[in-house]
Amino acid sequence: MFAYILRRVLYAIPILVGVNLLTFLLFFVVNTPDDMARLQLGAKHVTQEAIERWKVEHGYDKPLLLNHQATGAARFTDTIYFRHSATMFAFEFGKGDDGRDIGNEIRTRMLPSLAIALPVFVIGLLANISFALLMVFFRSTYLDLWGVVLCVVLMSISGLFYIIAGQYFIAKLWNLLPISGFAAGLDAFKFVLLPVLVGLVSGIGSGARWYRTIFLEEIGKDYVRTARAKGLSETRVLFTHVLKNGMIPILTGAVVVLPLLFMGSLITESFFGIPGLGSYTIDAIQAQDFPVVRAMVFLGAVLYIVGLILTDISYSWVDPRVRLQ
Amino acid sequence: MTRLGAILTLVGAGMLAGCSDSWNTPYPGSDAQANVVYSAFGERPKHLDPARSYSENEVEFTGQIYEPPLQYHFLKRPYELIPLTAASVPHPRYYDKAGELLPDDAPVAAIAESVYEIHIRPGIRYQPHPAFARDAAGRYRYHTLRATDVADKRQVADFPYTGTRELVAADYVYQIKRLADPRNSSPIFGLMSEHIVGLQALGKTLEQTLQARPGRPLDLNAFALSGAEAVDRYTYRIRIKGKYPQFLYWLAMPFFAPIPWEAEVFYAQPGMSDRNLTLDWQPVGTGPFYLAENDPNRRMVLKRNPNFHGETYPVTGETTDAAAGLLADAGKPLPLIDGAVFTLEKESIPYWSKFLQGYYDSSGITSDSFDQAIQFSAGGDPQLTDSMRGKDIHLVTTVATSLWYVGFNMLDPVVGGLAPERQKLRQAISIALDYEEFVSIFLNGRGIPAQGPIPPGIFGHVDGTAGLNPYVYRADGNRIVRRSLDDARRLLAEAGYPNGRNARTGEPLVLYFDTMASGPDSKSRLDWIKKQLDRINVQLVVRGTDYNRFQDKIRKGNAQLFEWGWNADYPDPENFFFLLYGPNRKVGKGGENAANYQNAEFDRLFERMKDMDNGPERQRVIDSMLEIVRRDSPWVFAFYPKSFALRHAWVHNVKPNLMANNTLKYRRVDPALRAERREAWNRPTLWPLALGAAGLIALVAPAVVAWRRREREAA
Repeated sequence: MFAYILRRVLYAIPILVGVNLLTFLLFFVVNTPDDMARLQLGAKHVTQEAIERWKVEHGYDKPLLLNHQATGAARFTDTIYFRHSATMFAFEFGKGDDGRDIGNEIRTRMLPSLAIALPVFVIGLLANISFALLMVFFRSTYLDLWGVVLCVVLMSISGLFYIIAGQYFIAKLWNLLPISGFAAGLDAFKFVLLPVLVGLVSGIGSGARWYRTIFLEEIGKDYVRTARAKGLSETRVLFTHVLKNGMIPILTGAVVVLPLLFMGSLITESFFGIPGLGSYTIDAIQAQDFPVVRAMVFLGAVLYIVGLILTDISYSWVDPRVRLQ
Repeated sequence: MTRLGAILTLVGAGMLAGCSDSWNTPYPGSDAQANVVYSAFGERPKHLDPARSYSENEVEFTGQIYEPPLQYHFLKRPYELIPLTAASVPHPRYYDKAGELLPDDAPVAAIAESVYEIHIRPGIRYQPHPAFARDAAGRYRYHTLRATDVADKRQVADFPYTGTRELVAADYVYQIKRLADPRNSSPIFGLMSEHIVGLQALGKTLEQTLQARPGRPLDLNAFALSGAEAVDRYTYRIRIKGKYPQFLYWLAMPFFAPIPWEAEVFYAQPGMSDRNLTLDWQPVGTGPFYLAENDPNRRMVLKRNPNFHGETYPVTGETTDAAAGLLADAGKPLPLIDGAVFTLEKESIPYWSKFLQGYYDSSGITSDSFDQAIQFSAGGDPQLTDSMRGKDIHLVTTVATSLWYVGFNMLDPVVGGLAPERQKLRQAISIALDYEEFVSIFLNGRGIPAQGPIPPGIFGHVDGTAGLNPYVYRADGNRIVRRSLDDARRLLAEAGYPNGRNARTGEPLVLYFDTMASGPDSKSRLDWIKKQLDRINVQLVVRGTDYNRFQDKIRKGNAQLFEWGWNADYPDPENFFFLLYGPNRKVGKGGENAANYQNAEFDRLFERMKDMDNGPERQRVIDSMLEIVRRDSPWVFAFYPKSFALRHAWVHNVKPNLMANNTLKYRRVDPALRAERREAWNRPTLWPLALGAAGLIALVAPAVVAWRRREREAA
């Protein structure tokens, strides 16, 4: 397995270089260093000289990818791409255009993002599986039918509606929880309750339907019929056999997103005032802060690759037939 | 204790910790009776270094922390400059090329230099800060730190020792030099280097020095600046090229606030910037407040500066101020509050809800909440709705010193140029764009249709029919009435486009409108503009684009019609007319004249007007300039925005001051009333919890029963 993981890690390097290069190209197709300077310096009294000074100060005065003025390796290294990207592979993200250390920001903002994303993920997974199993247990009955209808209704409503409705009823009308904000330590508890609740409700429709489909597919298989023929209770069949065998597709979806929980949620964080990485990314895109955008895309790619590797490992864990070679 | 028990205990403790105040309070654990202001910021500030910060959301903080030599009087209108740390408002001395002193009324052409000598008051001290901390031997404690020494420091408060020192004139000179430091990328360096003697040269020297020894610290005290020097401990002198009376206004902005050299030395040490311990994020000032908590991702907390010098609340104001209760605190020492808590609130809905719950002291009014807050009387006056009055909320309105306009690119072959037919084309379009309707539909009445480039509150603006734009409006008694569409059609025909078609070719007149507003929210507004021109048979093609492309088009002169706005830097007509000054045009000059308007007579009058003192003579010149721009119509003067703000009954001394950025020190709150109202407004409604629990049981119980029954049946 070690050799497999090592191979996957080595595969990740060209992928990350490619992601990095693609981000760079996409960003600079839309924005020039002059645009970035203007946005940072403001709309008033900005001279071309000030723009040039800003570019020099922030390392954007070099050619983008190839420096024709330089010789040797410097043709590639004395460029914006190399200067702003080489250190990324050592996880040194440098500073944003506002001068703040990106690594420091990521470390600080990771916990608030996790405080929302982790409970939504864990509780959501349990709730979705439970609800799906319940529908499967009562399959072909009115309970199943109305359960599916409820799921379709829930998944048809925009996530933004849940946020606004949650804030209106729970925080504004009934005064039960703060409408938005965040606090450190135990004080954070009351601030995360509402976004977590909203996250759970908004996700249960699609989640439960998806898991129901998986379980229904399993429940028609021969080993389930054999289990029933042996006289096992339906509960035992569901929890011991169906659930276990349904774990592979569940893991495919669940484990891969596990590392991405660090990245936070863009809309939820913005509406609930959670100082996480989701809102950090949105702010950076709006401010055309290339170092931050690049760092967040890179981090997202790394975490996604980690998620895929973890998924592969988890396959071999839940299904002994799978061998990683 | 089992693991589950530990988790439950932790959760329970968390709930208890969270439920010590109102259930929905966003300030858990805070003192409800604290004498602080609660406010919000929608966008995190990028810079808090006074050499760099320019945006309103940045100056909101730096204005309370840093003290330039001058400030605006809080109450008096028109806006009046008064001393802040200066002993008096400096009066410039003028010199000719030979260095001879000239009289105050010397002709502008004879003035080679203006010299401002500023005396600051002794005894002003900086906020407590580790940069000033010294040991028993008098050595700075924190000026020779290694990276390992700051490894455990996350904020300035983590340094156990602090110190202070007296403000000296050299600190102001130091900051002026910082404007030229390339590392600071000061947005006003370009502008100021045109005015301050030697600043341009200093910028070049610093740039070369930095290139010669990259990464090494730079001691600005070692570099001379001929245009700024400390005369003695409390006096410094600034030399300005020629005459530039508006320079005094710049002396009221944080750009010219003092920076102690110790702060730069402190923050330049290894490991500091990796922890965001920089002057750009951790200000060091002499103002009434200091930044006690700096988490721009969540909240910023200002606290009273214990070393603040003894400023007092103004004892005079406008005639109506006493009746409005604005002089109730006259003569009291400032600041009147102990601090302010600013919470990051990006979305308008939570902001508005928290304001109604009493968790924010004041609020603007967005379009979403406008109908809930404001209704119009039969006379068209805005009033608070009953629900707002029921909460004892007060409305504060003011016309912003801003202008929105639709610009014509004067270099464009169709709409540009000064020929009479082009003037008439632009005048026709100006009449057709009915901004009274626009303000009513899209701004809920929060704007005043503009008659010219100068908004109310700025010298040169004339109210009423005397100040109307005769090319677009006419007087009907005391009313200002927009000219009819027939007038517009007549002008269009005279311009060579009868019924919207080119008289020579018969082709329809198609114009192109460039805008940054291209999202779905803007569609109705853009459709409205098209419809307005449809009425005179002019076809308008909207070209929506992003900010960068729009700026690029304007810079290169590729736009035809475009919308733009301007917010005053200072209360002087020069700050609006310079947007139309020929040598200041965008194309070829890179200035702020986005319409690329150039009229020799207007430019001549501008050069004369900008150096004049306010008075009848200056007003006459301004009137002549207004006549020229109204006739030439390089802009459709759209509207002056009107801001509506709400405040709770416990907030006092609120008077909109669009020039001053340091008004927090005048604010007074009644914390007892606020705590009482918050408690009354935020009692939790518990029946939904009971209903939710009952609903859950009602759902789960039958399922459990059915499950068990099925299990039994299966067995």
